[in-house]
Amino acid sequence: MALAHVAENPSNRIATYAKALIGYDELFGEDGQVLPHWMPFVNGFRNLSFADLEDVRSEIRRQLRENGVTVHVHGDPAGTHRTWELDPVPLLVNAEDWVQVDSGLHQRATLLNAILEDLYDKRRLIRDGSLPMELVYRHPGFLRPCDGVRLPGAHQLLLYAADLARGPDDRMWVVNDRTQAPSGSGYALENRSAMTRALPELFQECDTRRLARFFRTLRSTLSGFGGTDPRIVVMTPGPLNETYFEHAYLASYLGYTLVQGDDLTIRDSQVWLKSLGGLERVDVILRRVDEDFCDPLELRGESMLGVPGLLEAVRCGNVVVANPLGTGVLENPGLMAFLPSLCRKLLGEELQMPSAGTWWCGQEKAQKYVLEHLDKLVIKRIYRGRDLGTVFGAAASKTVLETLRQRIMKDPALYVGQEQVSFSTMPCLVGEKLEPRRGVLRAFLSADSDAGDYAVMPGGLTRSAPDSDSVVVSSAFGGSSKDTWVIGDEDEPFASLWSPTGQAVDLSARRNLPSRTGENLFWAGRYAERVEGTARWLRSILEARLEYVENRDTAQREHVSQLLATLFEVTHFIPASSAGSSDSLKNDHELHAMLTDPSRDGSLVSSLQLLTNSAYGARDLWSRDSWRVIDNLTSLLEHLTKRPHAPVTTFLKSLDRLITELMALTGLNLESMTRETGWRLLDSGRRLERSQQLIGFLRATCTHPHDETGDYLMMESLLGACDSLVTYRRQFRSMPSMAGIIELLLLDENYARSLLYQVVRLKNNFAALPERPGTLRLAAEERLILQASTALRLGVSEELATVSPKSSEREALVQLLDSMKQLLEQVSDVLNLGYFSHTETSSLLLG
Amino acid sequence: MKHYRISHTTSYTYDGLVSLCHNEARLTPRPFAWQACVSSAVTTTPLPSNKRDRRDFFGNRVHYFAIQEPHEQLTITVTSEVSIAAPPNEADANASQPWEKVVSFVRQQLVSPESDARTFTLPSPLISTEKPFAEYAGPSFAAGRPMLEAVEHLMNRIDVDFTFVSGATTIATPLAEVLMHRRGVCQDFAQLMIACLRSLGLAARYVSGYLETLPPPGQERLVGADASHAWVEVYDPDAGWQAFDPTNNLRPGDKHIILSLGRDFSDVTPLKGIMMGSGRHDLEVTVDVMPVKNNV
Repeated sequence: MALAHVAENPSNRIATYAKALIGYDELFGEDGQVLPHWMPFVNGFRNLSFADLEDVRSEIRRQLRENGVTVHVHGDPAGTHRTWELDPVPLLVNAEDWVQVDSGLHQRATLLNAILEDLYDKRRLIRDGSLPMELVYRHPGFLRPCDGVRLPGAHQLLLYAADLARGPDDRMWVVNDRTQAPSGSGYALENRSAMTRALPELFQECDTRRLARFFRTLRSTLSGFGGTDPRIVVMTPGPLNETYFEHAYLASYLGYTLVQGDDLTIRDSQVWLKSLGGLERVDVILRRVDEDFCDPLELRGESMLGVPGLLEAVRCGNVVVANPLGTGVLENPGLMAFLPSLCRKLLGEELQMPSAGTWWCGQEKAQKYVLEHLDKLVIKRIYRGRDLGTVFGAAASKTVLETLRQRIMKDPALYVGQEQVSFSTMPCLVGEKLEPRRGVLRAFLSADSDAGDYAVMPGGLTRSAPDSDSVVVSSAFGGSSKDTWVIGDEDEPFASLWSPTGQAVDLSARRNLPSRTGENLFWAGRYAERVEGTARWLRSILEARLEYVENRDTAQREHVSQLLATLFEVTHFIPASSAGSSDSLKNDHELHAMLTDPSRDGSLVSSLQLLTNSAYGARDLWSRDSWRVIDNLTSLLEHLTKRPHAPVTTFLKSLDRLITELMALTGLNLESMTRETGWRLLDSGRRLERSQQLIGFLRATCTHPHDETGDYLMMESLLGACDSLVTYRRQFRSMPSMAGIIELLLLDENYARSLLYQVVRLKNNFAALPERPGTLRLAAEERLILQASTALRLGVSEELATVSPKSSEREALVQLLDSMKQLLEQVSDVLNLGYFSHTETSSLLLG
Repeated sequence: MKHYRISHTTSYTYDGLVSLCHNEARLTPRPFAWQACVSSAVTTTPLPSNKRDRRDFFGNRVHYFAIQEPHEQLTITVTSEVSIAAPPNEADANASQPWEKVVSFVRQQLVSPESDARTFTLPSPLISTEKPFAEYAGPSFAAGRPMLEAVEHLMNRIDVDFTFVSGATTIATPLAEVLMHRRGVCQDFAQLMIACLRSLGLAARYVSGYLETLPPPGQERLVGADASHAWVEVYDPDAGWQAFDPTNNLRPGDKHIILSLGRDFSDVTPLKGIMMGSGRHDLEVTVDVMPVKNNV
């Protein structure tokens, strides 16, 4: 084989990789050979050309982006969601190794469970000195109000995750324990789903074990805490949380309702969901809110993310929280120093999984050792705080080490030193090359109540270091991730999440929506329509402007200014005073702002931003296809905000695309959502907004007659902006007339863009909304809407088009539009009060 | 043996309707060998829809209650009858061990159901144990000085150095600020003294309760003019927990009625609630500690 050829041969990637190795590795054995369990993967991977690889990569990227797999970037005022990164090369773990991991993690979970049980009960471990009192009592995760609270059954620790890496002895070591509200299992699931689509054959050939069975165990364990048909919710801090995507994803995958703290309320020491149909009992809460924020009454008083009275409900045994409140006490690196002896004491066996040598500075000898070896050790606090992350002594500056020394000496009990272990590297695809990077595998466990044991997910979330020198893998999410393929040694029967034998089908998905979700859908409808209306009107302006530039006609110039003024008025966009000139061409600056400035209320992009925010707030309800459209809208939003200085006419294309995407969203919602409350609210939002826009545009353009050319231009633009030009021509076969426009846009019950049509749709929607016990508000809505439809039905277009000689305006039209506007505003208020009344705030009282 | 009838009323008046509130009261006197709680009753207007009593981590009695219908005002009255003898104060402050010895004794003690003293040497949510507190305490703690004598000396100094200014501080005022400005109320003085003791390695806990106040000579007792009070207990290996009242510079006797014990105010907040509604609220508290003759 000629050398030049070798360089282009894809299979050479493996050889190049072997040369780049810096230590022991996951892919290559000590003998310099590819390890046997990687062979099927390597053989398949070898055959992929660079172009193939690029395809795989972009397919993965597309998958993740379209499914909206994101990580929220903290501190970004624009609320950017970064797309999740997934390396096409997974981490493979062979069957024998996994047996050890599985058994080691079982033991560790069982041990941690026993410790947890003791710490909130008799605290024998502290009394007999097996565990130093300070290590527990100084840890903010030791929640004194949870003392004595106990779950029925064998497990107090329901969910557990451990970060693993392969140590120098070829075994898997535990780097971190996660017991508070372990995150990542949803990302692992989404990684798997993207990989099986991008590399289906390779996945098959490697006999990779499936993940569904694990989630089935989790579901069955959680269901076991409720009655026959338990209601289970996923409690999230909300869309601003780093891993909100995962909360929404898990909720929809497991069929649970996604809620925030104030979607829940406690009455009679029971937990209730504020749904569109009233209060509904909640049996189990899968918690993704940090425990100390869960109940402002007994835990952090200032928390706005929790449910006041929750802990009392738990204490009474009326609700199960997973993980239970108080489990965070185990998330303590100092504990690692005591696990080997505690394992012997509590389980009567040796601890199977090693972890790095740990010295807790609360003990004098250990403190001395740590201070003497600061520049070699890894220093951590016993709990994750804001001020100090993990410090790698070897890489730290003298100043940092000195500060650290001072801190440790000031309050030694809060610090641990850990030996810095060099972990294995794994192949990561970087550009066209495979490079060795260090990585950490997060493994997930769930209590298995039926078996009285724990279940380990055969797989997990692997994250790799940002470069080959790095020994650190960030514990924060982001960076690059990998799927983890655990190689099975036998054929697994196919397991689906949804067909657990002998269990009833979970009906929770068909229950009433949380009020908040309903509100988000309502507003998503309103904003979608607002963006569409604004975009259409802007398109009319840009088109009229083009014509003016061609003809230089003063009437047209006047027309453009008027269109712009109308748009500003209807959208409540306040133009800068210096740009108050009626000359539209001098108003380019404001037109630009209207198109691209998200900080200006009423601008196209600010409404678009509000739309994507509302959509994100109901993340768990959109179908995959709908989400793809929402994602496209987000890209368009980014695109628009990046072009504040582009010539205004170049925006025509973007506006066309925007309108098409919005139409697609409407179409998808029509087709793929059942006509349940959620859809009714989404549609109501749309109809209300369209009505208000129509009223606004008509009020601004049609109530005062202009000269003939002005009238003509205005009517044509109005019809164009309402997507009604073609319809009008077909129906009336004439030049636009005011009476014709009023007939078509206001009074035609069968025309989908008329005001009467919107009102009729609202009426139908309201009739289908769930009744709320004890409220007459539904009647109020219906009464208002009946009033509106009657007024429209009684309208006569010729009369409405008549100009009063006295005031020289269309008085009847003005009157009708104004009363419609008022009625519909009332409808919106009534809906808000009746269905979205979760906006009460809570306050702390001290007496 | 003295007897008291205590009545403690808290009223919240809200700007708007409150749809729901959850509350926790630590207002039931805790029993001790020298203090008997003959009776104690909590009444609220409106009536609670849900209530329950329990013991907290520190052994205090907690009364949980919820009002679940819309209300604009909430009144909580706790009426208790207490019989009290003098607490077992070690009269001879000089008889106690040198304070360093006490520190090392406590440090080596294991936590047991009989004694959790060592846990009260740790900093707590409202009380840090930083250098300035140890420095302030320093002059009282000469080497080898009997512990109780040193603590009494510290109490005297706090009384001299600090001024009682009602409203000078809030619950959110950091202790370091109290130390700097030398002003505060009984909670501040108690917490300050605890910070001083803990920063030296001694075990100290926070006591929430009441103090019978006597009218100025020749004047009638004013009903409702009393208030919640707070003081300190320090652990002595021989005599057990010993009480000190830095606000009044005295050793508590049969005029101090204990409600509950904890690490600091945050553990024993007499009344705490979360209300759902909008707007502000006004708070009014009246406390009446009335001595009664004999058993009531």
